[in-house]
Amino acid sequence: MKVTLRVWRQAGAGGSGSFKDYPVEVVPEMSFLEVLDVINDELVAKAEEPIAFEHDCREGICGSCGAMVNGRAHGPGDQSTLCQVHMRQFSDGDLIVVEPWRAEAFPVIKDLVVDRASLDRIIQAGGYISVRTGSAPDANALPIGKPLADLAFDYAACIGCGACVAACPNASASLFTAAKASQLNLLPQGQVERTSRAIALVETMDAEGFGSCTNHGECAAICPKGIPLKAIAQLNRDLVRARVVGSPSKDPS
Amino acid sequence: MNLDAKLPQGPIEQAWDAHRKDIRVVNPTNKRRYNVIVVGTGLAGASAAATLSELGYNVQAFSFHDSPRRAHSIAAQGGINAAKNYQNDGDSVWRLFYDTVKGGDFRAREANVYRLAQVSVDIIDHCVAQGVPFARDYGGLLQNRSFGGALVSRTFYAQGQTGQQLLLGAYQALSKEIRSGGVTMHNRRELLDVVLIDGHAKGIVVRDLLTGKIERHAADAVVLATGGYGNVFFLSTNARASNVTATYRAYRRGAGFANPCFTQIHPTCVPVAGEHQSKLTLMSESLRNHGRVWVPLKPGDTRPPSKIPESERDYYLERIYPTFGNLVPRDVASRAAKRMVDEGRSVLPGGQAVYLDFAESIDRLGEAAIKDRYGNLFDMYERITGDSPYKTPMKIYPASHYTMGGLWVDYNLMTTIPGLYAIGEANFSDHGANRLGASALMQGLADGYFVLPYTIGDYLAQTKPGFDDTQHSAFADVEAEVHSRVERLLNTSGKRSATYFHRKLGLLIWKHCGMARNKEGLTEALEEIPKIREQFWAEVNVPGSAGDLNQALERAGRVADFIEFGEIMVRDALTREESCGGHFREEHKTPEGEALRDDENFQHGAVWEFTGDGNEPRRHREELDFKYVLPSQRSYK
Ligand code: SF4
Ligand code: FES
Repeated sequence: MKVTLRVWRQAGAGGSGSFKDYPVEVVPEMSFLEVLDVINDELVAKAEEPIAFEHDCREGICGSCGAMVNGRAHGPGDQSTLCQVHMRQFSDGDLIVVEPWRAEAFPVIKDLVVDRASLDRIIQAGGYISVRTGSAPDANALPIGKPLADLAFDYAACIGCGACVAACPNASASLFTAAKASQLNLLPQGQVERTSRAIALVETMDAEGFGSCTNHGECAAICPKGIPLKAIAQLNRDLVRARVVGSPSKDPS
Repeated sequence: MNLDAKLPQGPIEQAWDAHRKDIRVVNPTNKRRYNVIVVGTGLAGASAAATLSELGYNVQAFSFHDSPRRAHSIAAQGGINAAKNYQNDGDSVWRLFYDTVKGGDFRAREANVYRLAQVSVDIIDHCVAQGVPFARDYGGLLQNRSFGGALVSRTFYAQGQTGQQLLLGAYQALSKEIRSGGVTMHNRRELLDVVLIDGHAKGIVVRDLLTGKIERHAADAVVLATGGYGNVFFLSTNARASNVTATYRAYRRGAGFANPCFTQIHPTCVPVAGEHQSKLTLMSESLRNHGRVWVPLKPGDTRPPSKIPESERDYYLERIYPTFGNLVPRDVASRAAKRMVDEGRSVLPGGQAVYLDFAESIDRLGEAAIKDRYGNLFDMYERITGDSPYKTPMKIYPASHYTMGGLWVDYNLMTTIPGLYAIGEANFSDHGANRLGASALMQGLADGYFVLPYTIGDYLAQTKPGFDDTQHSAFADVEAEVHSRVERLLNTSGKRSATYFHRKLGLLIWKHCGMARNKEGLTEALEEIPKIREQFWAEVNVPGSAGDLNQALERAGRVADFIEFGEIMVRDALTREESCGGHFREEHKTPEGEALRDDENFQHGAVWEFTGDGNEPRRHREELDFKYVLPSQRSYK
């Protein structure tokens, strides 16, 4: 089958960009990123610059890949990353529009590559439990009920891809932030830093230029790992609690 | 080449404690005056960087990703072993030690493996305290499962995403130390060479992948945590960016490279679908607990599986290995699949695959029970292939997955270059010729959290702190070499992408140095690889410039190093005239076709020394001594 990829090309940060069309012959078994590989090989053969895009594991777990495909973050799949999309999900003759994540906090670096370091800085603000290596008690000293452990696992599944931000009309990182805060704030090990963590994460998210949450729910609908919207409600409860109880220290470390 | 492993003396049970007592320690108030560079921030690198910083050292951490959270450790599915004996089924440090030495086919150091088993229990404690959400039972205690032929349940897991959860734990610990100021994180930097001064590792030269700037970084010690070289096969389960450059460049500077021919081929991967294929996906080995492996009895049988009656199927693992059946170890299962395909009994028209069939288990236990256990994996398989394993058997085939070989290190994890350390998959230390399932995560974290942070003190205590002279002529020399390599790549003017050559190299190595090897094929490969190298430099094209994000340039540099490294790997396979673990030489097998070790002549680690371009590398030996687990032939019949 034959499709045309209309891809955003932008030479560098801050520069302007434009769409370029790439007609390409594909087979249904090919993954979406393999189509970009094919286009890039052809470009290299013509001594033209290949399309820059991020990817690594190509099995939906590292969070590197991602683009808007026909206006949808990560393309047509249900709970899948862009690397998990295959050409059998398209039809012969399709025009497929491919753009980078668009958000103030994710500046474009080149073509489809954006800078997501802002997500790292949110985690650095307190997305951890402060335990020194070698100081932990026996792992079974503190039983954790299975339902709670399972819920914490669901929140922990976030891969940091940033699709939630790209899908959100406000470019909010609330789902990403809440997933980490809620995982740690649910667990008994995370209680000591619960309030300071909630405050620090949200303050950093705001400072990084992400928008605020107005409950559109686009994030959870698009999230490749199915992070539930109730993570945000959980984080909001912790914030309210923080205001009532007061935070012992703004810095959880 | 000095291969003194600095093994501790005395009974193995007390060796690690005694060693820690004997080695030098850095005065705590002095620690912040020492700079340590950690390259790679996967499980081993992130855990080491975080722990070194907690101890007070000044850490510079480097990753070629946009964030440390992307490292390939994240893709490990199955689990992590630890001798906790929570299931009360008779596990112990001793048993984990024994299983690992035996599983490695007696090609690992006893003292290292014993220490690994000892610290395995601390890893679980620490990770749980970090908030890693391991599976739990209804009483709230940690769950375990059995894995990789072990007779006890000692594997801790977080659904099929254990690697992800452990990596995020280490990433969070690293984030904590970045916040505290103890670690300076340098993302999107690729190591291009190591700098030695008076024979000691004193820094690195990296390329900023966004600006193209070549940077010099100095330190009092350098730690490589840069992973394995499984992508030498081009197609593997490794992430696309995983490469050999850091360890290969260290080798060229004088670090011995040990056992490069010890590679692990994982039996259950989604097979190659076509020539566009860019990587392979693993299907957890746990599937073999409920799936039956088969091929048609007759070669060339192209009927769909549902049309092949029971009497015309060959459940070959059950037939050949009646005791272990579908649960034989990875290397045995992989080779058997290859034999079936070589006999013309592949189930993929024009390709290579065998069936993994769940029909009987679904009949016996019901679809819901199978879904509960393997739902994630079945979905993943269907997403890739478009077929539902509930309805039709999976097609699987072995693929490159892990590399046991790596930089030679002593008991302190130091390479043959003083001050240069290698941890995690980048070193060769603990798995011998074959790694057991769920042991990679264990080793990465053992090295990073619990071994290196102590042992590095022995070296640093003898070193004057605070080296920061990036103006030293050694840096200028290395930087000039790096520049000329980059320029040479950009000045090529052929018509082919680097990927073309990577694929060509991979096919060659897979054919002659993959699941089965023989003298003739290896000799041929050794003749072919230099031709690929020449063709690469004559015909490759690297568009773009050195001064910005240039993924074609990054890839080309890695491929060039893989081509050179491939030669050492083949040479190692050629000189190891025995079969052991993942290294199967067709000339050395039992009458039944199983691997035949030669302990008399090959009970050693082979360590390769670089002797200059165009010269044959020199092979050294580290003899192995088994006092506690006596070598025996493995049998799974
Ligand atoms: S919450 Fe979902 S969409 Fe957002 S970063 Fe995490 S995995 Fe990606
Ligand atoms: S490439 Fe890793 S999630 Fe897509």
